[in-house]
Amino acid sequence: MANRSLVSITDYSRDKILQILDKAAAFEKNPNQQILNGKVVATLFFEPSTRTRLSFETAVNRLGGRIIGFSDASTTSGTKGETLKDTIIMVSNYADLIVMRNPIEGAARYASEVSSVPVVNAGDGANQHPTQTMLDLYSIKKTQGRLENLKICMVGDLKYGRTVHSLIQAMSHFNPTFSFIAPKELELPEEYKLFCKEHNIPFEEHTELNEANIADADILYMTRVQKERFTDLFEYEKVRNVYTLRNKLLENTKPNLRILHPLPRVNEIDYDVDNNEKAYYFQQAKNGVYARQAVICDLLGL
Amino acid sequence: MEKELKVAALRNGTVIDHIPSEKLFQVITILGLDGVTNQVTFGYNLESKKLGKKAIIKVSDKYLSQDEVNKIAILAPMAKINIIKEYEVAEKMQLQLPDEIIGVIKCKNPKCITNNEPMSTKFRAIDKTKGLFKCHYCERIVEGENVVII
Repeated sequence: MANRSLVSITDYSRDKILQILDKAAAFEKNPNQQILNGKVVATLFFEPSTRTRLSFETAVNRLGGRIIGFSDASTTSGTKGETLKDTIIMVSNYADLIVMRNPIEGAARYASEVSSVPVVNAGDGANQHPTQTMLDLYSIKKTQGRLENLKICMVGDLKYGRTVHSLIQAMSHFNPTFSFIAPKELELPEEYKLFCKEHNIPFEEHTELNEANIADADILYMTRVQKERFTDLFEYEKVRNVYTLRNKLLENTKPNLRILHPLPRVNEIDYDVDNNEKAYYFQQAKNGVYARQAVICDLLGL
Repeated sequence: MEKELKVAALRNGTVIDHIPSEKLFQVITILGLDGVTNQVTFGYNLESKKLGKKAIIKVSDKYLSQDEVNKIAILAPMAKINIIKEYEVAEKMQLQLPDEIIGVIKCKNPKCITNNEPMSTKFRAIDKTKGLFKCHYCERIVEGENVVII
């Protein structure tokens, strides 16, 4: 059954990505269908995540499925010392599909190997969060009309931001150009730069978020610069406001530019940007429901 | 001739030569030589034109399996392994890095599932010439020289 799970975005080929995006578009047109009637989906959240859990549960509810699960690991047998393996085997006796978020990296891959039902990785620590990538791709395709030949500008925490890493891997199928804007402390890890070079993907690197550096972007992918990532808080104070996107900065950007953010946003996008027609992050979150409906139905062969 | 005499001659058994000195004790550990009753001699920090300092291990009456040879390939890809019979080299074994390495390398990521569950580690050799290994679970990459053996 392991092959039917979605653990990492690299599990999906280019064709598979496009197929799921088409499916998601169909769900956007008609999100309420009784496709999952009689199915039970388990949402196992070993660490809290409001947005992701509600998005998955909305996706299942709108398709007529039922949900079991927990959103707080302190209520599980894990606190009694039960292994993840045992928990997953138990739950796969009850449910038709497992959605799991776990702070331990690789937990989803392991769960997919011991589970008798498909597993969807809803985030495993700093490693992977493939349905986030699918909704990012869906949002890019929807706003730009295509995935090919786009200039994607990524801003903020490019070192630890798993959504950034997965999006680079997924976009590599579509001939992108990247621009990476980050403070030195949070620059893109060498292995992803190497990945770009190996796939002949052109990229530029900047340390400043300014007009010139985003002038030719089609997508501005913002991420949160997290205070806890800095060993020196003085460094954090220096960069925190440098990476804040304000309306003024957007005046000379391309008309088709759209701003994405995996959310939650703290202060990296000023509230005055919310009403800008280029702001797309809330619609992006909404697209998550359709992308997840598509992934779940695909894994269940529906 | 003097160089040869630094480590005792072997009648029957296996010689593992050209081990980087700093890997010697790890090689001893993964082969379980610290728990055998065979005669084992080793040389440490011997001069080597290729490696600067090298180590050598001689084990009496023991012949390595291909699996054991492959484990050595993870630590010391330049090592040479000779099977000795009646003081003569009877066979030279080829080091071959396996595609998949199960239960040998420890993942250095403390947040990796393999360090949090009773389970085997699993790595893939993603670049055999550079010696790069990728954890099948947390997807982190380790370089050969930083590999930690369980």
